[in-house]
Amino acid sequence: MTSKRPDGRKNDELRPIKAEVGIIPNADGSALFAFGDTLAIAAVYGPKKLHPQHMQNPATGILRCNYALLSFSVSERIRPGPNRRAKEISKVTEWALAPALDLKAFPNTVVDIEIYILQADAGTRTAGINAASMALAHAGIPMKDLVCSLAAGKNDKELILDLTKTEEDYEEGEGATDFAFAKLANHDEFTLLQMDGKIQPESFIELKKMSIAACDEIYEAQKSALKKVVENNGTENNKK
Amino acid sequence: MSTMETSNLTKEKLRNMFAEGKRFDSRGLFDFRDLEIELDVSNKAEGSARVRLGKTEVIAGVKLEIGEPYSDSPDKGNLMVSGDLLPIASPRFEAGPPGFEAIELPRLVDRAIRSSEILDFSKLVIKSGEKVWTVIVDVYPINDDGNLIDAATIAALVALRKAKFPELGKDGKINYKKKGTLLPLAKDIVPISLSFYKLGDSLFLDPTREEEEASDTRISFGISKWNGQYMLNSCQKKGAVSLSSSEIDEMMKIITQKFDELDAKLKSMIK
Repeated sequence: MTSKRPDGRKNDELRPIKAEVGIIPNADGSALFAFGDTLAIAAVYGPKKLHPQHMQNPATGILRCNYALLSFSVSERIRPGPNRRAKEISKVTEWALAPALDLKAFPNTVVDIEIYILQADAGTRTAGINAASMALAHAGIPMKDLVCSLAAGKNDKELILDLTKTEEDYEEGEGATDFAFAKLANHDEFTLLQMDGKIQPESFIELKKMSIAACDEIYEAQKSALKKVVENNGTENNKK
Repeated sequence: MSTMETSNLTKEKLRNMFAEGKRFDSRGLFDFRDLEIELDVSNKAEGSARVRLGKTEVIAGVKLEIGEPYSDSPDKGNLMVSGDLLPIASPRFEAGPPGFEAIELPRLVDRAIRSSEILDFSKLVIKSGEKVWTVIVDVYPINDDGNLIDAATIAALVALRKAKFPELGKDGKINYKKKGTLLPLAKDIVPISLSFYKLGDSLFLDPTREEEEASDTRISFGISKWNGQYMLNSCQKKGAVSLSSSEIDEMMKIITQKFDELDAKLKSMIK
């Protein structure tokens, strides 16, 4: 069957993935993750003492995420600084990653994750979560699994994975549905579920299945980037 | 007292009761509380409503303004949903810049309504590329006893159903005192929000404040019918606790049935 997608991909085919670890020397952990033209970088700082003190939790360390589109990452420049969309994505990113972590050994501390999008072509929060998950592992934070994230969706009646901006803006028939999800790679645990559009409940279940299957490819890319940095003695990775 | 946080003991008690399919107020796990709707709570608004779900109360008001269309959609009007968690509704809410909950509530209402295509944006154009109507829906909880998202979505829907265009004078100014025709809404589309909550291994709907506070996680779905088919229009999971694949599948079984119940109820309440 010939593809109906603008870039000729199969319905369950992801864009080329790029994954690198150790891109920011100052950070305790850092990584880059790209789905095609969507490019995210992430840095982890911590565990470090949490201020203000009243936010400290004596039972466990806490996670704090900040996600932002850089001003030039989209066609029409975005005014820098927090907006409601970014605040919401920062929070759901935090929730998507937290179930993978165990910060009980670090009471009263915070692990800060900074995620920035350099190029946006849809699926930015999912690329950000993939980068952040690698950066957390790179920082040596105790984790029970890596987190894999992907934007799936629908154009009219076609279920597709890893939508581009063009596909996200599709308006024919049933239009576009955008379904961002994240799960722990080796566990039946969904940590991010966010969706917009028009999709029948049965198709939603079908799309979930397709997305789970595609996680392998993301997981393998994350793992091999992390292995590479271990082989290079845990530091720089960018020696070409 | 309402100012106290739900204790671990209460949470434990609730967890055990939910596991047996029981609730403090003797409802089933997926039963909604009594729903009451009151129309026209403010005669200055183009449309307004008050919704009570048990002791939870939310008011919504619609105002219309003239604005410019977005550059990528010159032939479409705009919809904006906003609102706030005012300190009148709960000792938990404080005045000042909006916290995450206050940001999330109108965004979820917005997505459930917008994606259902209940509102025909092309009929909000005054002059193509230059002037369009902006429909602004504000939702304000007046008393928070849990499940604000589902209640606020109903309030927004009812206020929109009742909203009428103000008169547009020849000078291009709006005369808010004269009300014209109803907004261009698809009659057969009823966007509803259904928020599933989870505590331990139990799923339930329409929590009281205490049940909501005790819950581990929440997932809200916007759902409607479009061309005779059930359509999920939005979803968002909250909290740092995950859901399993089978839990999501179970929700998909319940959601259409609950939609039908609420859809029938709403259709009989708002003519």
